[in-house]
Amino acid sequence: MYQYDDIDQRMVAERVAQFRDQTRRFLAGKLSEAEFLPLRLQNGLYIQKHAPMLRVAIPYGLLAARQLRMLAHVARRYDRGYGHFSTRQNIQFNWPKLEEVPDALAELATVQMHSIQTSGNCVRNTTTDHFAGIAPDEILDPLVWCELIRQWSTFNPEFSFLPRKFKIAVSGSPADRAATWVHDIGLHAVRGPDGEPGFRVIVGGGLGRTPMVGHAIREYLAWPHLLTYLDAVLRVYNRHGRRDNKFKARIKILVRELTPEGFARQVEAEWQHLRDGPGTVPAEELARIAERFGRPAYPTLQATSAAHETALHRSAPYARWAQRNVHPHRVPGHAAVTLSLKRTGVPPGDVTADEMEAIAALSERHGFGEVRVTHEQNLILPDVRLDDLPALWERLRELNLATPNIGLLTNIISCPGGDFCSLANAVSIPLAEAIQRRFDDLDHLHDIGELDLNISGCINACGHHHVGHIGILGVDKSGEEWYQVTLGGNQGPQAAIGRIIGPSFARGQVPDVVEALLACYLAHRVSEDERFVDVVRRIGIQPFKDRVYGNADRASQAGTESLAHS
Amino acid sequence: MATLIEHRKPVPNRWRIPDHGQADLGETPPAAWDIVTLARWRALGADMQASGGRAAPIGVLLSPGDDPHALHADLPHLAMIAIHLPVFTDGRAYSSARMLRQQLRWSGPLMAVGDVLRDQLLLLERCGFDTFRLRADQDPQEALSAFADFSDAYQAWAAPVALFGRRALAQGARP
Repeated sequence: MYQYDDIDQRMVAERVAQFRDQTRRFLAGKLSEAEFLPLRLQNGLYIQKHAPMLRVAIPYGLLAARQLRMLAHVARRYDRGYGHFSTRQNIQFNWPKLEEVPDALAELATVQMHSIQTSGNCVRNTTTDHFAGIAPDEILDPLVWCELIRQWSTFNPEFSFLPRKFKIAVSGSPADRAATWVHDIGLHAVRGPDGEPGFRVIVGGGLGRTPMVGHAIREYLAWPHLLTYLDAVLRVYNRHGRRDNKFKARIKILVRELTPEGFARQVEAEWQHLRDGPGTVPAEELARIAERFGRPAYPTLQATSAAHETALHRSAPYARWAQRNVHPHRVPGHAAVTLSLKRTGVPPGDVTADEMEAIAALSERHGFGEVRVTHEQNLILPDVRLDDLPALWERLRELNLATPNIGLLTNIISCPGGDFCSLANAVSIPLAEAIQRRFDDLDHLHDIGELDLNISGCINACGHHHVGHIGILGVDKSGEEWYQVTLGGNQGPQAAIGRIIGPSFARGQVPDVVEALLACYLAHRVSEDERFVDVVRRIGIQPFKDRVYGNADRASQAGTESLAHS
Repeated sequence: MATLIEHRKPVPNRWRIPDHGQADLGETPPAAWDIVTLARWRALGADMQASGGRAAPIGVLLSPGDDPHALHADLPHLAMIAIHLPVFTDGRAYSSARMLRQQLRWSGPLMAVGDVLRDQLLLLERCGFDTFRLRADQDPQEALSAFADFSDAYQAWAAPVALFGRRALAQGARP
């Protein structure tokens, strides 16, 4: 966990004072609605359906126990006792009062937290692999780099008013658990010809209205140049990105218009003015940040644990949980554990204040007081001893945090949807619940195997539906809510945008549609190892379309009735 | 005569600044303390540009889409560069200012004009602006407090070095 120094702390405190003054001037009528809007957005404050929504930054998804306790306090004192973890690894509170937000921010600042740049047309929270620093397959630990990018992007004056929002993701591992191909900038740790670590730079990916997989514009950038190169990319975008049409203002549109090669040429030309300049990263700064992270001193343990092995043999539910929710760790005798926030009947990503406090306590008992937020809206205890897993499992079951569904169909990514968000065309949370209820049989769920199902309530795609193996998008048809289904999306190294299978469905039909898609998959897979998305890639979407919509011949053969809204 | 903020102090404005969208001052040669658009500056011809620069202070107004490098050869003849912000959320002027300071090494005065508001002053200054003509409804005296909003920043500022460079220097200076 990066510990602020005096300068970091002062900047956050000054930000609170600044926002308090801005809020006061707004409430006094000295700042117009239009003038206050970008100021409050850059402090994570939206005006939503019921109340303002405050989005608090969790830089690259890392939380200390004391920070989680503060979030619990904020949830109780300023909200209704719960929070919602977002796909940007942040947390959202849906019911604060505008005039109390400066007080909430002041309390958050006491534990080195803030809401800086969690919205608005600026560089947002940089996200990374939720196993950063502990994954066995890592080329480099992205956390130090994420903190360096956090400081570079925080109040970066040149990029305060970009054409549109800007999201950066960093992956330290070839497995890419950070969806880097669908970010404005994705950074992959790679080794250069001399073995020195550096980054592959991907630009122009993104979801939303015009989903695109990004383009690698530089295969290797030596690490000292990272920030000057980012300066060059952002400057080209800031100067030439479209400002006349909000829907064409993301960098992906500029990259498409210039072509990736043309964009890369402009960046290289701009970078010639910047490279080796004062923005070059000194090794001392990396060392300073790494020192302030203070990585834990792990005990030396056996690579295996008798207690864990015994539990695996004795208890099928434990084995199922271990298979889905326990993940390898680079340090022998340790594991990372995902706490599923995808409990049927609870909106995906929602956690109560009581649960936050219980999780904070667990992070101290079973680790070093650290919790991770995943972009799939779950929480992780990163440093659990294998010996402790059985006891932890028992406790998590009591807390309803042990649903063994990580990577499975019911681990649904969902935005808050029409119940909360004023942009949404349709609700998301009740649909997620309907699907979870339909597939609540764990044996069946595990038999179906790995499957990402993502739901967005509108085309802004906060629920990442484009990269769901099954994606569901709420659409508006003459004031009614309907749902469009996409297939074959993927967020990892083989990133792909899902394809629409056909006309959209009423909400009540969607669980049936999912069931039909799964029946098609199960009929076509060659083995249990062939995942849903692999089958879609192999046989295409036509057989799935036929199964769902039927057609004159095949529908009668298969006995399926058409589910489509025509 | 309206007030400018110059180096964080209110001063009387001596400059005549063309309103955006209006025609420039026409065919008459610019007088001292005129700021002219880039197009008009170009139309003046080399002799006038040079003499204007020597005899009287003349400034040029850039639109946010203008490439600052276009002024490369003109810098010795200019007493002021102004950049227009059509709306305060148009961030292009910030990059133009950085390029003028860092790439073109412009050390003369740099003025933000247009939709210039209290809450952007510090960000604009940190990109290299030192002179501000606030929007007419803004009170320059009240706006001065904006410069005290933050005492430091991660990026290079008046000090040409990013915070990490200054942190390293401070560390090195420690006994």
